[in-house]
Order: sequence, then structure tokens, then C-alpha cells
Amino acid sequence: MKQTEFIRRLDVSRLTAMLFPLLVLLVFGLVDAAQADVGMGNAQERITPIGEVRLQGQPPVEIAAKPAAIQEQEVELRAAPRPSRADYPDIGVSSRAIVWVLGQMHLFFGALVLAVPLFVLLIELVGVYTRDDRYDDMAHEFMKISLIGFSITAIFGGSLALALFLLYPDLMAYLMHVFGSQWLVYAGLFFFESFFLYVYYYGWNALRYGNLKWVHLTLGLLLNASGLTIMVMANSWATFMMAPSGVNEVGAVVGNIWEVMKGPLWNPINLHRFIANIAFGGAVVGAYAAFKFLSAKDPVKRAHYDWMGYTSNFIAILAFLPLPFAGYWLMAEIYAYSQQMGITAMGGILAWLFIVQAVLIGTILLAGNFYLWSGMSRTDGSERYKGLIKVIALVLVVCFLIWVTPHTLILSASEISLLGGSHHHILGPLGIMPAKNIAVNLMLIATFLSFQLYRRSDKVATVSWAPMGNALMIAVYIGAVVNIIFLGVYYGYFTNTVYKVGSSVAQVVTTLLVIVFGLVIDALMFKKAKVLPSHWGRIPDRAQYALFALPIAFTWLMALMGYVRSSVKTHWHVYTVMKDNSPDNFIPAIGYAGNMITLVTVLFLLCVLFMFWVANLSGSKQRKPETALAGGEA
Amino acid sequence: MSVLAKTLGFSLGLTLLFTLVTYLLPQIKGEAPVDKKVDLGSLTMESFIVLGDEIFHNKGTCTLCHQPAPLGRAPDIAGEDMVALANKHLADERYQGDAKNAEEYIRESLIHPGKYVVAGWGKKGSNDTESPMPGVDKPPIQLTPVEIDAVIAWLQAKDGGEVTVPLPAVEAAAEAASTATTGDSGKAPAPAATAEEALAKYACASCHAMDSNDALVGPGLVDIGSRLSKEQLRQSIVDPNAVVAEGFPPAMPLDFASRMTVSELEMIVNYLAEKK
Repeated sequence: MKQTEFIRRLDVSRLTAMLFPLLVLLVFGLVDAAQADVGMGNAQERITPIGEVRLQGQPPVEIAAKPAAIQEQEVELRAAPRPSRADYPDIGVSSRAIVWVLGQMHLFFGALVLAVPLFVLLIELVGVYTRDDRYDDMAHEFMKISLIGFSITAIFGGSLALALFLLYPDLMAYLMHVFGSQWLVYAGLFFFESFFLYVYYYGWNALRYGNLKWVHLTLGLLLNASGLTIMVMANSWATFMMAPSGVNEVGAVVGNIWEVMKGPLWNPINLHRFIANIAFGGAVVGAYAAFKFLSAKDPVKRAHYDWMGYTSNFIAILAFLPLPFAGYWLMAEIYAYSQQMGITAMGGILAWLFIVQAVLIGTILLAGNFYLWSGMSRTDGSERYKGLIKVIALVLVVCFLIWVTPHTLILSASEISLLGGSHHHILGPLGIMPAKNIAVNLMLIATFLSFQLYRRSDKVATVSWAPMGNALMIAVYIGAVVNIIFLGVYYGYFTNTVYKVGSSVAQVVTTLLVIVFGLVIDALMFKKAKVLPSHWGRIPDRAQYALFALPIAFTWLMALMGYVRSSVKTHWHVYTVMKDNSPDNFIPAIGYAGNMITLVTVLFLLCVLFMFWVANLSGSKQRKPETALAGGEA
Repeated sequence: MSVLAKTLGFSLGLTLLFTLVTYLLPQIKGEAPVDKKVDLGSLTMESFIVLGDEIFHNKGTCTLCHQPAPLGRAPDIAGEDMVALANKHLADERYQGDAKNAEEYIRESLIHPGKYVVAGWGKKGSNDTESPMPGVDKPPIQLTPVEIDAVIAWLQAKDGGEVTVPLPAVEAAAEAASTATTGDSGKAPAPAATAEEALAKYACASCHAMDSNDALVGPGLVDIGSRLSKEQLRQSIVDPNAVVAEGFPPAMPLDFASRMTVSELEMIVNYLAEKK
């Protein structure tokens, strides 16, 4: 008893030691703020030397310098710069290519290290509620493998900043002017994030049980809070460049920092990136689990990594399902801000790359579904659902083919005459958005069905109303599919464009309702279900390759959509207020973008391998050489 | 084969497959607008109309929205007789604009698209009182007066209508040099004929809102005539730093006195003095 008390005291003292630097920071911050409040004035006033000595009774001499208030206003009302081609430094390599690679790498790792602590915190919380140490261990392992990612993010972030200042000095000067001291707040948040990160990770075992566990969870929450704040601040720079706010027609700042930040696209991008980061992070750690599973021979280790891979895939797909809806919101806001910008993305020069997007999302859905179907072999109860898998696979493949059907083909004159026009009479209608909206919603519903069947495969419902519940669920699926097809066909082909766009929202709501109904019905129906045994580790090796396909497709997809997001600004650094006159002020062709995206994906893959290798290195220990031991004894 | 080699090979193979898809698609670059020099000496109405056609389909980005049904998000301008349509809209009782003829109507709908919104094409929820179209003289499109004239000429001519816009004068072309016209013919710009031309020539609207009191770089000028006398207006143009409006930077160019002709200065002063 005494010993336990002693350990508790020891833990508290350790905790105090860890929190002490934070307290010091806070105290210094408060003192500084208090000094500012008690009239110590700004730095300029404090360092102003004696300016004038005059005799008592004489009038003051007019000083040439303008009052600080006017000087400040002059700075604030500075219009955006208009650099000429000669103002851009030429270092012999495409400036855009350099910034593209560094920016994308920074974003990849930034997304990873923001997402992992988020689901780690949730897994840790699940561990607390289930009192199952496996969750806690897995959450700790997720943190371990992503820890070095924070340093890599900072390295690429620093390199990106230097490259931007070197290659786009006018743009950066303008952005510095517009966002002002927000940059310092942004930098300051890194101190907080680093502090919470290291205390959260290294304090894992010191703060593992009892009330200290709640302290640990709080640290995790603060880590996530600082990380998310960093993300939304950085997002505001990107959205300001797309849809500037808080500035007038010539780019002069007329609003405060909050008005500059909260542009029309800020929150849609915040939500979209938040969800996408989780899906991306889940997919990357899933690849780690898959690699460890394939390398392990020990059945216990294989079972552990199988479970870890399943959890990662679960996180990735669950976060991925609502992502298209966040995408809809973002595009709707882009259209509302500027129809021209929206059409440039969806119907103009960039429209072709949505074929590539379809291939990527199709890969993600097929891989995610394949992994779930393969995972059903873990339990004998899955036999009853095997027949349905073939139907789901057929739906996915047909919808995938509709999704990748292009609307307009590049054809020769003879091909056009053979086809009887520029559009094929059957494939033409499948190339436009209504058909694709039907396809993507059905694919999402099919994926949710796979997920639902997987969750049901190790359970047998015991409630009396189970047959009724199943019938209701089937009715919901049939109703939803009929509604989605009707909305798409009727409003997509027999009314004008305005209704076409409106009906896609109703389709999305239908899909969401299926997901909500499915989760609610299953939660009630399987509350006291009979649980069949699951055999973790009993999954074919080929299923693990689905866990590699997911992060590759996610990485490629992120980079592709980044290319679209940046390109919709066309020849503007900051849309409508600061023109891009650099040699790279054109939208590159999709093939060039493909090369760049592959380059950054491969670089990311290599960096992630390095990250995993370093994470495993910490658990390795070299044996003391036998000869040295012998020599020592001699 | 080791697990590392197999998984790495699979991942790289998949990456290259995605790259291959991008090469199967049309390779189109989205070029930024480039300067185009037009020799005013040899400019004919025919080539001016061709220029308008080119601007409509390229720099103007009009075809992003103005397409035939069901793809279009705005009326199919290229497929309609715009002169006949303009006259029809002018006769519509909903029309509240200031245009008196087809040319003025087209110009007004390019610069102030919200003055008359064709039924069914307004912003969602606005009941056709707001247009989703941006003014073409403003960013991001930023057509110059000469370019707008060229587009109007093309819209009038394409269905066999009479072209009423005049060919650009030398000074207007100089103003429009950034994208579509000569501007560097080596001749000194000719004086503006009207106050509007003079205001456009010296790009006053770049820094001053002409129709409101909104503060851009300089103060709005909607009621400047009630605040400053003619003498003060004249002084603020030729010697702008003599008195700087409170709260604004001394950013007005100092060389108007040497660049403006006396008649241009007087036209601008009289024009501004009437803005009350």
C-alpha cells in the first residue's frame, strides 16, 4: 500500500517536472501581456532617443516624421504588388517545380502527423473504456511510427518557406503584409505542439493508469488542438490566394486579420482537409501493419499486425466515406464565389483530370472492399454473406466503368464519321455528371454494405425482432438505390442544369441516410448478440497488398487534387488582386502534372520507409560481441 | 523475393499505372493571356471583328458558361442573334438599365451584368435579380475598353447585323496595350475626346471607386463634387500631395500635370465637379 502511494507521489512529481516548462512559458507570456497593458508602450516608443531639446516656454519645433497612426494606415492601404517577369529570380530550374515538390511533401507529412494523434487519442480513449491494454499498446505504436514524421514535416516546411522567399519574393512580401503577426502566432504554436507531442509520447507509460491516464488524454487533446489550429491557419493562406477577403479590389488590406482569414472557402477546405487527413493517416499506418504482417512468422505477431491493419483500414475507409460530401460543399462554395472558377475546375481545362480522380477513388474503394471481403475469412460466420459479395463486386465494377467514361473524346475525322458524331450515342450520356453521380453514390453504398456485412459476420442477433430489422435494412437499401437512380436520370437528363446540381445534393443525403440507418439498426439489433470466434491472423497474404494500394492511391489523389486547387487560380497568385507574371504562370498539361505527382509520391514513399525503419531501430538492441566480452574477462 | 522488394515493386507499379492514365488523356496547357500587338494602321473592321471573336473564345473566358443547352450555365450567346435579342430585352418591362440601343445594351450587360438578368439565369435564390456573371472590365477577366468594343463588334457582326462600334483610336489602343492592341506604335497618345475617355486613359478607376464612396487606394468619388470645388479638384490632380485626403496614402501619380492636356484636365475636373 505504502509502495503504491510512493509510486503515485513519484508520478505526480514527474508530471510536475514535465509541466514546469509549460508553466514557465505561460507565466512569461502573462507577464509580457501585463506589461503591454500597463502602458509600457510599443517597442518603437521605448527605443526612441531624445528627439528635441528646447527652452522652456518656446513652442515645439515641427518634426518631419508623420504620426505613427498615419504611417500605419499608409502601410495597411498598400495595394498588391504587380511584379513583372524580370522581378522573378531565375535559378535555371522551374521555380514552380521546386515549390510544388517541397510544398506537396510538407503537406503529405503535415497531413500524416496531424491525423495520427487524432485517431491515436480516440483509440486510447477506447482502451480506457474497454479496459483492454491492446488498444493502448496499439495507440502507442501508432505514435511511435509517426514520431519522426514531425521532424520531416518541419524540414520540408522550412525548405518550402526558404524556396518561396527566394523564388517568389513579391508574393511572399505581400502575404507577409496581409497576414502580419498571424505568422508569429503560427510559429509560436509549434512550440506548444512540440511540447505536448513529446510529453504525450514519452509520458505514455508514466501516465498510463488511474487519474494520470486522464492527464495523459488531456495532453493528447491539447496536442490535437494545437495541431488543428496550425492546420486551419495554414489553410487560410491557401484559401486567401483562391478567394481573397479582407482586401479591396487592388489588394490593399481593408479588414482585420479575422476578415482576411475567414474567406468563403476557408471552412470548406478546413473540413475537407480534416477528414482527408484522417483517411490518409489511417491508410499510411495500415501499410506499416501490412508490411509487419507479411514479414512476421510468429502467429502472435501476425495476429497483432492483422488487427492493427484492420483497425487502420477501418479508420481510412470510415473517414473516406463522408469525404465526397465535404468535396461537394467545397465545390458548391467555389461555384458560389466564382462560377468561372468552378467551371474552370469541373468543366474547363482541368475537367479531364477527374477521369484520373475516378481511377484513384475506384482503386481506393475496390482495395478497401477487397480487404473487407478477405477479412471475412477470420470468422466462420461469414459464410452466409459470401453470395452477396459477388453482387457488390459487380456493382462496384459497373459503377467504376461508368465513372471513368469520358464525355468528349479526342477523335480523328474518320473516327468521328464512324462514330456518327463527337459523342457515342450510348457512352455519351454516361460521360456527364448525372451518370457519374449515380455511380459514385452506388459505390459508396456498396462499400458501406461490405463494411456492414463484415461487422455482422462474427455475430448472430438474438433480439426477437431481428427478421423485421433485416427486412427494414433491405428496404432502406432498395429505396435508396431506386431514389438515387431516379434523381440522377430524371433531373440529370430531363431538366435544366440548375435542377441537375440540386438533385446531386438529394442523392448525397440519401447515401448518408443509408449509413446512419445501417449504423443505428445494427447497434440496436446486435446489442446482446451471440459473438462467434474471430481468428486474427487468418487472412490471405494477398489481402495485405490492398493495404499498400490504399496509401499509394490516397497519396496520388491528394497531390492530384492539390494540382487542381492551385490551378483554378489560373494566372493569378492571389485571384483577382495579384497577377502571376512568372514564366510558370500557365496551367501545365495533365501529363506533366502526372510526372510531378509520381515524383512526390515516390519521394514520400521513400521518406515513409525511412520513418518506419527509424521507428523499428529504436526497438533494436545490438548484442555485445562475444570476443569483446571474452577480452574483458581476460 | 523479400517482402520489401515485393511491396515496393507493387507500390511503384501502381504509381506508374496512375501516371500512365494521365498520358492517355488530352495534353492541354492553360496558357495565361499574352500581349498581342495589332497594327492600327492596317486594322480593318473585319480584323477588329475577328479580334472580338478571339477574345470571346479565349481571354474573355465567355464560353466557360455561355454554351448551348444542356451544358451551358448562361444563355447561348454564340448561338443567338444578339442584336435581335438585345432589342427584345430592351423592350421587356423588367428592364431597368440605361441602354437605348443594342450596342449600349450589350456593353451594359458586359460591364454591369446585374442590370438585367435573363429569366432563369440568375443566381440561385435571387429570383433573377442577381447575375452570377462577373463584370468583364474587372478582374479576373479585365477586358480593356478596346477589347470590349471588339467583342461587341463581333457579337453584332456574327449574325449579319450592322456594326455600330467605331474602330479604336490610337490613344485608346495605347491604354489597351496590356493584352490586345499595339500601345507601342511610337506615336504620342492623342488627347481624349470625352471625360470618360480621359478617366479611362489615366486609369483613375484603378484606385478610386467612381460609383461609390468605397475606399480603394484613394477615396471614392461618387459625390466628390459636393466635397471639393473645381479649383481643389484641379489642384488634387496636378499637385496631389498639396492636400492628401485624411486616412489615405499619398499614392497618386505626380506626373499628371505633364501628361494631361489642358482640355483633358478640364474635362475631368468638370465631370468630377458634377458628381454630387
